[in-house]
Amino acid sequence: MISRANQGLSHLLLSRLFQAGLVAWLVGTLTFVLTRTLPGDMAYRIAAGRYGHDMVDGAAAEAVRAELALDQPGLSAYVGWLWDLLQLDLGRSLVSGRPVIQELSHQLGHSLSLAVIAVLLSLLIGPPLGLAAGRKPGGVLDRVSEVAASVLRALPAFAVGLLLIMLFAVTLGWLPAAGHGGTAHTVLPALTLALGLAAVSSRVARNAMAEVSHSAYYAFSHTKGLSARQSFWRHGLRNASVPVVAYLGVQFVYLIEGVVVVETLFAWPGIGHALVHAIVARDVPMIQGTALVMGLLFVLLNTAVDITCYLLDPRRRRA
Amino acid sequence: MKRAFAAGVTLLLALPTASTLWAADQRLDIVAPWEIKSADPATSGYVFGRMRVAETLVDTDAEGQLAPGLATEWQVSDDGLTWRFTLREGATFHDGSAVTANAVLTSLEAALAKPGILDSAPIRQMSADGRDVVIALDSPFSPLPALLAHSTALILAEAAFDAQGDVVAMIGSGPYQVEELSPPQRLTVTRFDNYWGGAPAIASASYLAVSRGETRALMAESGDADIVFTLDPASQARLSRNARLTLHSEPLPRTIMLKLNAGHALLDDARARQALSMAIDRQGIAAGLLRTPEAAAAELFPASLGPWHLGLEATAAQDIEGAKALLAELGWQTGSNGMLERDGEPFALTLRTYADRPELPLVATALQSQWQEIGVALEVAVTNASEIPSGHHDDSLEVGLSGRNYGLVPNPLGSLLDDIGSDPDAMGSDWGTMNWRDEDVAQWLDTLRQATDEQALTDLAPLVAERLHQEMPLIPIAWYQQTAAVNQQLEGFSIDPLERSYRIDQLEWAE
Repeated sequence: MISRANQGLSHLLLSRLFQAGLVAWLVGTLTFVLTRTLPGDMAYRIAAGRYGHDMVDGAAAEAVRAELALDQPGLSAYVGWLWDLLQLDLGRSLVSGRPVIQELSHQLGHSLSLAVIAVLLSLLIGPPLGLAAGRKPGGVLDRVSEVAASVLRALPAFAVGLLLIMLFAVTLGWLPAAGHGGTAHTVLPALTLALGLAAVSSRVARNAMAEVSHSAYYAFSHTKGLSARQSFWRHGLRNASVPVVAYLGVQFVYLIEGVVVVETLFAWPGIGHALVHAIVARDVPMIQGTALVMGLLFVLLNTAVDITCYLLDPRRRRA
Repeated sequence: MKRAFAAGVTLLLALPTASTLWAADQRLDIVAPWEIKSADPATSGYVFGRMRVAETLVDTDAEGQLAPGLATEWQVSDDGLTWRFTLREGATFHDGSAVTANAVLTSLEAALAKPGILDSAPIRQMSADGRDVVIALDSPFSPLPALLAHSTALILAEAAFDAQGDVVAMIGSGPYQVEELSPPQRLTVTRFDNYWGGAPAIASASYLAVSRGETRALMAESGDADIVFTLDPASQARLSRNARLTLHSEPLPRTIMLKLNAGHALLDDARARQALSMAIDRQGIAAGLLRTPEAAAAELFPASLGPWHLGLEATAAQDIEGAKALLAELGWQTGSNGMLERDGEPFALTLRTYADRPELPLVATALQSQWQEIGVALEVAVTNASEIPSGHHDDSLEVGLSGRNYGLVPNPLGSLLDDIGSDPDAMGSDWGTMNWRDEDVAQWLDTLRQATDEQALTDLAPLVAERLHQEMPLIPIAWYQQTAAVNQQLEGFSIDPLERSYRIDQLEWAE
């Protein structure tokens, strides 16, 4: 029994590892091809990114072209990049000149801390609310939370963030409006992301709970004499949690999209912000590095979600 | 479950911890839109100059005139080929080393090796002579001191450079030293007690790059920032009603203008360029889009540039009927669709602009509708700023809309020699005129380049400005205004019209 379960798990991990390699190669190759085929002269774009639009001119562009050997054919540049990648060398940023890995660790750290707090906050808000609402479908809590969730999900993260700044920073003066450096600075951007995430996860939890509470086994738990609380803890929570956890995987997509917007709004020096700037400045190693890390992160997070579901749901282990 | 909990706790512990209080501290918090790329003056010198971390040989005074910086005086030889800058006694860098002629040479040579403002000077050789820095030129070049006031020519300690001449740390000689530098957004500085000019009143300051205008305005309103630069028009109105803030506004020598390809078949006659200029409602653009009616510009140089300013009236510059008459002289007739035609060809142009300055695309679409009134079809392409210089080089540019800073160095002559040029056979450049020749202007600029007295400037500057107005190789539209929202508790605030300094060493907190 145990060895079969382990086999399933190692099979899952192996296939994910293969996926990660494939993602790394595909993402790198695609970004390479795409940035090469974008219109406009790369040397000029990089010079504009480096020296600003007041100082970019033909001389600056030619200096950049010579320095970075942009004239070399695409294929040899690609092979060079692939060879470096195999040695885990992501190269240097064309704009700042610092190693990509250094830039990424600075920015990824900021993005990850923001995302982790946002997910934790959303888990504190969304699922408990949804589970409570799902126990009495159609009740007051269910209806109020449905309206709130619809409004929050319909508003773009940008608008939610602005409203939060106006309320907590300008009117109440409890929290800083934007910037980074202190714990207090994390609250508003994380809350902005968390509200969007919680809006969806509360509904998923509510539906899962409603389904569980209508099921025969849940009715039977009452019949056999368990109180409402006992039924919920023993038979409700675990069954309802599988779809919520599985849905987290999907929510990471929202998180990545939200991080780009929220980082710009709150002047947060994260990876989404960096990616946008790198694309504008044609900073190819930075684009490749950022996309690579984001792609691998996706694989990693989905693996974590799979493993959690695997542990939560014994049926999967037997299947 | 336990393991998941432990992992969660570890993650929480890894998050940044509270290190600063936000609103109530005595640190001066400055917010502006421009990001920091690195410690290198070639890419981000302006931030270090404005935050008073590093200084230049030549400084500017409150009126924007040249003033002693790290050099206390400078002379040029009679033939105009040798400049001698004498360094200030007692100036030291933040690492304790003295500001010597050799240190200055290291910085200037590093600046020369990279694209920057010094490119345009005909520098042959630089050397140290005791406390003097000697710069030898190939030909006379009077705006040299003004070029040395630019932020790409900041003077850093020798320890700031690695063996390859790349900047690895920002070690300047200004009244503030770097405490923490985290590109692309944050810089914190503390007072440098050994500053040659005496330590400033405010002990520490921070710079935060915030690209969104809404966020910047809200940071001023919430008290997160003490000084917020570059406010959007809508926020200005709201912030002006806030009792805790004062609003400042100052015109800058940065001009929104059109660069015309004077070699293009539709634009090679000065009358066509004049007509396009006459069709523009500058007042409407300044009042409606920029929300500062006084920003309307019928000429390239604002009043702060002295003899270069002609004093033309922006409202008088618009003359739709006159524009139509000029175009009729050139053989253009209104076709069936209301648009101009000549020999079956339409008067159609493509304009390139960029969104780094958010008002430019708006101005471009305003021009599109205003030119339509005289029958000119304009297509607007919003792209990267570098498409204008690259279009200049491959001759594909027809019309470019940009914001050109004539106060990049304190004397616009430096910019004009770059943008227009003094060689009659090779006039024009990336951000200046295109395929336009004028022997007189070349001659005047060349005289000014070599002139050593003020009289030449007073005589020739108006001639150059007048000829540019007649020939219209560049069509001026509006001047920029720098705006700032400032905490009422701060005393001594002023805006530097040349944008070289935030003047934080002149500020203090009210009692």
